[in-house]
Amino acid sequence: MLIIDRATHDAIIEHARRDHPDEACGVVAGPIGSDRPARHVPMLNAAMSPTFYEFDSGDLLRLYREMDDNDEEPVVIYHSHTATEAYPSRTDINLAQEPNAHYVLVSTRDGAHESGPVDFRSYRIVDGEVTEEEVTVVERYEDEQISRPRPGTPAAPPEQKKAVS
Amino acid sequence: MAIEVRIPTILRPYTGGERAVESSGSTVGEVVEQLEADHTGIKERLLEDSADGWAVRRFVNVYVNDEDIRFTGGLDTAVSDGDTIVILPAVAGGADLAAQGPAPLP
Repeated sequence: MLIIDRATHDAIIEHARRDHPDEACGVVAGPIGSDRPARHVPMLNAAMSPTFYEFDSGDLLRLYREMDDNDEEPVVIYHSHTATEAYPSRTDINLAQEPNAHYVLVSTRDGAHESGPVDFRSYRIVDGEVTEEEVTVVERYEDEQISRPRPGTPAAPPEQKKAVS
Repeated sequence: MAIEVRIPTILRPYTGGERAVESSGSTVGEVVEQLEADHTGIKERLLEDSADGWAVRRFVNVYVNDEDIRFTGGLDTAVSDGDTIVILPAVAGGADLAAQGPAPLP
């Protein structure tokens, strides 16, 4: 199952609408092993095509370096289909090379780029095998909720906040 | 000569899970041969045999010190002690309508 916060979910849809009729693409990075999509990174579709997407090779290197420096991995890799359903194509399956990622597809077909609901679906793609999974959109992630002091429980000792780079 | 080679997740089964390995050679092509000697099977995931000889697969990116080797001479790109090679699978795909063929006749 993919658990994703609403702000990121909506930002992905917004990106897909903005780039329609070309395919939009990007990642949501998250701490290694957390399975939590935390940092949305919209990418440029170097192919600038309605039927193909590819990260620019220089952008790709910078992205992975940045994730390395932050101890992150690509938790979600997303792209849009602009005239077909939000289901991995043969090309998507053949080129999927991140076995740990949730592959998200959104479809902006049939006027969805302007208004109305946008299909937002998630898959695992491993060794050519596609498995669709449930998507749960949350307002915020769970331990962000628990990390707040609750009534009746002593407040956690103050923690040195990690500098946000 | 020691060259650091950074291995992407999908190829780590070949390196016993290691994210980076040391290898040697004076060109990227030689480094790949050494990688193959140490981690059998990895070469075929990186290169394909074409009419013009071995070349990096279309959807694999190889960088030497941050330069994509497609722009620096491909497998002939020179490397030396202390260089870092990064291997990254392309992130690509798409609806690829052409591959679905023409619509059925009415």
